[in-house]
Amino acid sequence: MTFEELIIAPFLKFSFMQRALAACIALSASGAPLGFFMNQRRMSLVSDAMSHAILPGVAVAFCIAGAGTLPLAIGGLSAGAIIALFAVFLTRYAHIKEDAVFTLMFLLSLTSGTVLLSFKGTGIDLMHMLFGDVLAIDDSALCFIASVASLTLVAIAATYRGLLLDCFDPDFLALSGRGRYVRHLFFVLFVINLVAAFQVLGTLMALGLMLLPAIAAGFWTKRADAAILFGVAMAVFSSFAGLLISFHAELPSGVTVVLFCSVLCLISVLLGRRGSLLSVFLKEGKS
Amino acid sequence: MCDHLISLRDISVYYGNRHALQNVSGVFCEGSLTAVAGPNGSGKSTLLKVLSGVIKPSCGEVIFRDGKKPVTAYLPQASRINRDFPMSLLDLVLTGFYPVVGEAGSIGLTHKAIAKKAMADVGLEGYEKRLICELSGGEFQRALFARVIVQDAPLILLDEPFTAVDAETTARLIRLLLKWHEEGRTVICVLHDLLLIKKFFPESMVLHGKCLGSGHTHDMFEQKLLSFDLDMAEIQTSRIHSNHNQAHSHDV
Repeated sequence: MTFEELIIAPFLKFSFMQRALAACIALSASGAPLGFFMNQRRMSLVSDAMSHAILPGVAVAFCIAGAGTLPLAIGGLSAGAIIALFAVFLTRYAHIKEDAVFTLMFLLSLTSGTVLLSFKGTGIDLMHMLFGDVLAIDDSALCFIASVASLTLVAIAATYRGLLLDCFDPDFLALSGRGRYVRHLFFVLFVINLVAAFQVLGTLMALGLMLLPAIAAGFWTKRADAAILFGVAMAVFSSFAGLLISFHAELPSGVTVVLFCSVLCLISVLLGRRGSLLSVFLKEGKS
Repeated sequence: MCDHLISLRDISVYYGNRHALQNVSGVFCEGSLTAVAGPNGSGKSTLLKVLSGVIKPSCGEVIFRDGKKPVTAYLPQASRINRDFPMSLLDLVLTGFYPVVGEAGSIGLTHKAIAKKAMADVGLEGYEKRLICELSGGEFQRALFARVIVQDAPLILLDEPFTAVDAETTARLIRLLLKWHEEGRTVICVLHDLLLIKKFFPESMVLHGKCLGSGHTHDMFEQKLLSFDLDMAEIQTSRIHSNHNQAHSHDV
């Protein structure tokens, strides 16, 4: 097998591979920067719960309107928003810790979503909702993902300094009067990106291309802008490599992409330049 | 008579059911150097946040002279800041320009020169490229002061700026504070150290949920609202309880 057959031909020959790659690149470009901000806010767990929160919404949409892109997106967005607001309401007024609330929300969404789906869908529908179907992306889904990614990148560019400050020193940002607006914008972007990622990777893995690169980047670079670019590059590379591996080895594609990304992340934690197991070990050896 | 820069009218702040501040009134004169003192949880930080506009009071109002809030520099408690954030010290000081340049304004050489000068003023020259996660508590606090310098604001609010800072750094930062005072800026500073309050702060305000008193620091010590005597803490508490009881009997 030549290099061309191995790396390039799958994308030239099959339009489903082109669409899959395009969708993953778009998701990587907008999701990885958001993942960086989420990670810096120490909200990885919260974002995990939020990604599951869209399941009951898409399940209801599926039962009413079938598997179209728009109904699923609207269902996912509304469920994400309602559950996030409900979680904020609970943490504020009941005596329950934030992580406990999100554990509750996570399990409640996952189970209620699955039960709702069972009314009308089959086991295959459930698998699609949970793990996505990156090779079955149609034009409308691709347009939706590309629009979300473009909108997100423009919004990040327009509020970049505010987004950084909000992770680092929210009180100082609030002083300029822009705090609330930046934070709301961020969460809106995050939820619409989750819904876009859901179309490709399902609710269980929607965060894969967002958070894993952001976590890995922290082990290689000490600058925010470099970490964001690193995250995007790693997500794009994982998409490309994951799709190719799944194609040649006949593995499920979305899962392979996220698995590849997870392995890169694990390597970073073990061998990265800053704070990894290896660097800590070397430092202790020296001192 | 002094020129009132800020007047507080019956400010109350509730977090859920908890009263952080209750009916606080008072004035801050232009060019004054005021310490805000009181036990933990007495609403000092909340008051500073209300003054800075970070939170809105649940009721009451903050009135600024000329009806407009002056440009304000605010130094939050270091514990509220994410110190693991991947950012260099120079970038941290440069964030002081954010209220002016916003999202689109460029940060040029002039800004960098001002930031470097401010870093030199707090004794952090040569630290520009250091990461904030590598700084000691004292160095980090000095960096936050450098950011206050670049904001060049007529109103400066500091929330426990000397916590976890050694004596030498405290002395250095106090000198800076006195310089701001000389320049005619209005400085309001939350702190616990009574010795520092007595020595350096001409005015003070004593809080315990409500405002127990405000005015010349000397008078606050005279009235035993501020005292080095540990037993006084109990007396203060009992005074508050009697105030509460009086208030309740009025209600009835």
